[in-house]
Amino acid sequence: MKFGIVVNEGPYQHQASDTAYLFAKAAIAKGHEVWRVFFYHDGVNNASKLTSPPQDDRHIVNRWSKLAEEHKVDLVVCVAAGMRRGLREENIAPGFHISGLGQLVEAGTKCDRLITFGA
Amino acid sequence: MSEAIVKKFMFVNRKAPYGTIYALESLEVVLIAATFDQDVSLVFLDDGVFQLKKGQQTKGIETKNFSPTYRALEDYDVEKLYVEKESLDARGLTVDDLLVDVTVLGSAEMGALMDQQDVVLSF
Repeated sequence: MKFGIVVNEGPYQHQASDTAYLFAKAAIAKGHEVWRVFFYHDGVNNASKLTSPPQDDRHIVNRWSKLAEEHKVDLVVCVAAGMRRGLREENIAPGFHISGLGQLVEAGTKCDRLITFGA
Repeated sequence: MSEAIVKKFMFVNRKAPYGTIYALESLEVVLIAATFDQDVSLVFLDDGVFQLKKGQQTKGIETKNFSPTYRALEDYDVEKLYVEKESLDARGLTVDDLLVDVTVLGSAEMGALMDQQDVVLSF
């Protein structure tokens, strides 16, 4: 099955992005495709390359980048939500890119299932 | 913008208009989905019914009053607005308190409507 994922909450503050990541990994492990992850609301903060958690904690941002690199998952950060929260091309982590809400609608139309985490 | 595939998108608005940004950013997705010619419905339930309340005054919280946008939805051909009866009743509201025309449905009917959708986004 072809999945689209929407992440609506920031990292560390809320479990939504952890659960979204674990869902994506599990789906891929079962042979499904995760076509796109769209980051919206505070979820855009999952893309900040300035993120530096304590060393004994999971690195949520790098984990997404690795997922994108290994499984060609398209990680899209909403431009409008990102602008409000200070996210620009120069401070987003590898594997993420900034684009418009049309990419969220497209994930809805092209995927078999669009799954929302948070909100 | 043209999009070959048309799906039934339902936006479920559950939160008060101010206090968090969910309602405003939901409205932004609604407008884009309409621009992409999708079959869009909006649902208001729980505190989300307050999003449609007439007479919103936001000056005191230094926040933009975006409620006029709901009245502009018909210009985007977004005309399917549903409000849950139980949510209105629980908050002492009636359709006369709302700034747009809506269809009021009971929770069972709302559930049936949700079941017909292709994509449900809850904010």
